[in-house]
Amino acid sequence: MTSAAHRAVGELDRDARSRLIATLARRFGDLDLAEDMLQEAIAQALRTWPDTGVPSSPEAWLTTTAKRKALDVVRRESVLAQKLARLRLESERDVPPAGFADPADHALDSAVPDERLGLVFACTHPVLKPEDRVAVTLRFVAGLTTAEVAHALLLPVTTAAQRIVRAKKRIRSLGVSFEPPRARDLDERKSGVLRVLYLLYSEGFARSAGPQHIRDDLTAEAIRLTRIVRRLMPCAETTGLLSLLLLTESRRPARVDADGRPVPLAHQDRTQWDHDLAAEGMRLAEAAAAAPDAASYTIQAAIAAVHAEATAPESTDWAQIAVLYRMLEAHEGSPVVRVGRAVAVGRAFGPAHGLRLLDALTDTPALARYRPYHVARAITLAELGDDEAAADAYRKALALPGNDAEDDFLAATLARTD
Amino acid sequence: MKYALLLMGHIDDPACGKGGGASPDEFFAFDQEITAAGVVVSSFALEDPDQSVVVRSDDSGERVVSSGPFAEVQEFVGGGYIIDVADIDEAIAWARKSPGSALGGHVEIRPVAPY
Repeated sequence: MTSAAHRAVGELDRDARSRLIATLARRFGDLDLAEDMLQEAIAQALRTWPDTGVPSSPEAWLTTTAKRKALDVVRRESVLAQKLARLRLESERDVPPAGFADPADHALDSAVPDERLGLVFACTHPVLKPEDRVAVTLRFVAGLTTAEVAHALLLPVTTAAQRIVRAKKRIRSLGVSFEPPRARDLDERKSGVLRVLYLLYSEGFARSAGPQHIRDDLTAEAIRLTRIVRRLMPCAETTGLLSLLLLTESRRPARVDADGRPVPLAHQDRTQWDHDLAAEGMRLAEAAAAAPDAASYTIQAAIAAVHAEATAPESTDWAQIAVLYRMLEAHEGSPVVRVGRAVAVGRAFGPAHGLRLLDALTDTPALARYRPYHVARAITLAELGDDEAAADAYRKALALPGNDAEDDFLAATLARTD
Repeated sequence: MKYALLLMGHIDDPACGKGGGASPDEFFAFDQEITAAGVVVSSFALEDPDQSVVVRSDDSGERVVSSGPFAEVQEFVGGGYIIDVADIDEAIAWARKSPGSALGGHVEIRPVAPY
């Protein structure tokens, strides 16, 4: 029985945990309290379930238990009166038996398409510093650890931890709501939300740490939330982002080989691509590009669409991709965009051109820690026949944090280059 | 949750409405609206900062009384509201509507600490 309880708890993936955090945060308006009480509820489950058996819905059991524990804490707290007023405690007096859904939940759930959307909007609220929003969303919506957030954002762990703590404190003391915003506020909240969904997808697309290269649960979650956000806020950029994610996701079946190692775009078996997803992505890309407010995500979707149109790597229109990257650079001159443009230019006009653009970025601090930059240099140098410099660039890439599957792939490529 | 809306002016434009800021009529209209909404716990308007008196300590720790204003502070509180609303978004919505956030001023929102 003990092992069944442990197994049930073990099966709670990050997805389930982030749903539970969202439910508790919405109820109590406090992320720390939500996290602590979930931990306590899990500890309680490990003590109780070996005797009582695992309940039919472990999530519902944990929600109810965590809520009850949170209420105990809130009752003890000195700021009782204020919190009680917010919680409308009357509805909580008759706590249902463990394992039953809390009837109060139904009233809350019906108004929103997804509980976690409220968490997304709280974590991307404009009263938070922009750089803190992404960190706290990855921490609580995506359920990453602080160390993983740091890797995902190319930050030292202490900096990521500071951002998360600062954001949590502001969310609590300012009284940021965990309800999705009212219609009139949606517009100003849009770009922050889209950015976070983009980063959420990126983290699932190529893991910043751990054994696997890909996390399908994160990419699926990012796509699902983006679809919901697009229904709430239909416009060029939400359509563009959804298109970008779908077109990227359509390559998923060909991105990893049987051993779990990443397969570069040029070597992917294109017949394995998900052509339904690609077709939906193409339709959306066209719709977004035709809109007057098209910007960064729409251009990135257009780049993904050019890749999707090519039936073989040789037929890829790299010149068009290079032009699109130049447009993208005008919208957001981030170092990562400049790397993309350098690669496209190299493919379109020869590796020597590409290398010149890549080498111009050597002194960019953010790229020193960005693995794909060093890999792009390694590939370009190898194409130019400079195996020694290529091996050196591969070694630099390997020294940076990344997932184990990618490490294997880079080590194998390095062995062939050396 | 209770929030203080601090209506901030600028020392160069202490007289509302004369230097391009909002007019007293706009402030009265806003006051009527926010009061009618039933969210106001208390509110106040202040005389211009050149009417202020400052009490502080000198180097020996003695309390010293002097007249203001003091040029090192360019911004001043012209008035304020304590409101009781559901969350920061509602507080922001009221601050947006306030003539205090029109050109020439700003509204600072601070949660009232639960002491």
